[in-house]
Amino acid sequence: MLLKLFYLLIFPGFLFATIFGLIVGWVERKVSARVQFRIGPPFFQNFFDVFKLLGKEVILIKNSPFFIFVFAPIIAFASVVVTTTLVGTVAFFNLGIGGDLLFIIYLMMIYSVALILGASSTGNIYSSIGAGREMKLLLSDELAFILVILVPIIQSGYSIKLTEIVNYQSQNGMIIGSASGIIAFVIGIICLQAKMAMQPFDIAEAETEIVDGTLIEYSGVLLALWKISHHIMYVFLPLLLVILFWGGISFATVGAALGSIGKYLLIVVVLILIKNTNPRVRINSAIGFFWKIASPLAFIAMILAILGV
Amino acid sequence: MAFYNKIIKKSIWVFHVSASPCNNCDIEILDLITPGYDVERFGIKLIGSVRHADVLLCTGIVNKKIAPRIKQLYEQAAKPIFVVGIGTCTIGGATFKQSYNREGAPLDKIIPVNAFIPGCPPKPEAMIDGIVKLLGTLK
Repeated sequence: MLLKLFYLLIFPGFLFATIFGLIVGWVERKVSARVQFRIGPPFFQNFFDVFKLLGKEVILIKNSPFFIFVFAPIIAFASVVVTTTLVGTVAFFNLGIGGDLLFIIYLMMIYSVALILGASSTGNIYSSIGAGREMKLLLSDELAFILVILVPIIQSGYSIKLTEIVNYQSQNGMIIGSASGIIAFVIGIICLQAKMAMQPFDIAEAETEIVDGTLIEYSGVLLALWKISHHIMYVFLPLLLVILFWGGISFATVGAALGSIGKYLLIVVVLILIKNTNPRVRINSAIGFFWKIASPLAFIAMILAILGV
Repeated sequence: MAFYNKIIKKSIWVFHVSASPCNNCDIEILDLITPGYDVERFGIKLIGSVRHADVLLCTGIVNKKIAPRIKQLYEQAAKPIFVVGIGTCTIGGATFKQSYNREGAPLDKIIPVNAFIPGCPPKPEAMIDGIVKLLGTLK
């Protein structure tokens, strides 16, 4: 019991996820700055931002449902922390609960649903547009992402437990080495881009177009919770891809530890570079891309996995 | 409070309020956030929603139509909030000194202002200097 609380509150959970998420958020801002030939923010910038937001006034809207407005960021934060705990215990301690992959798929959806609820409760017009766009984006990327996750499930002999997938890979080689694995991995990275609302798919919070969209009415502590939740997604989503396709991570030897950190950082940097080199797409082209190109490709990868390629 | 002020100096999110300007100061503000000046080094970031703002950058003579709206914007912002008047227009009206519908002359007739940055338009360097001096007054 005490150990489980430790997992949830301290090491892969709350404390670690928050601190590490803010640090990875700094990496994102720094790499973006270097791409644009700037110097970029100092190391503790995200910590300053969040601490400042904790001390600002929280403005509640007169004619909006108070309960949804306040609890949406709390639910989103709780869901990302639990997801990080589940992924982190598999990654660091090789411990998992039965069927945790399905649980993670549902938990990741809760973040988007909370974002939609919170944004649509404000009554602001830009916020409503953002909520509608987030919903469409969720509908478009979810199918492709689930098909991508099915590939390691099929290859590891229909197991929906992350630790069994990791064990399968340690015995039979990494899933990314197979033809179906590499297709699924590439589509998985594009799906992560949409799930984290990064540049080609940041249609829900398009800053120059619908001025922060979903988060426009949030201020103070509630905004800080949204920011932290968004940064925590940098922690568990690349880690999940590493576990599913790239053989998990291990700190047994120095070489293995460096390799694990390298794998994680490589995915993060690829995501950031995609973010910095692509303009924002329209919502119809995003849905068209996911339903006409990404999902059929992921489906082909799934068929290849069933055929054993 | 002293510790909080120390932190807030390092993370300033600015919101651009354009209160009937001639657009010259606004272009200089956009210049301020280009990679050439890189104000993200100091944690300054331009944001789109007034609820997230720490500093309101106001430009222009405030005419009769915009005066109630700028007051409303100030009330909508989450406190603590600082207001910086950009350009000579917010102080004395500059070229539009004798305009018939000039309401805010100077700007702090309408909302409390923490600092003025004169110039027509002020250079981005002057704006950075002004904001840094404003933050220096925080104890």
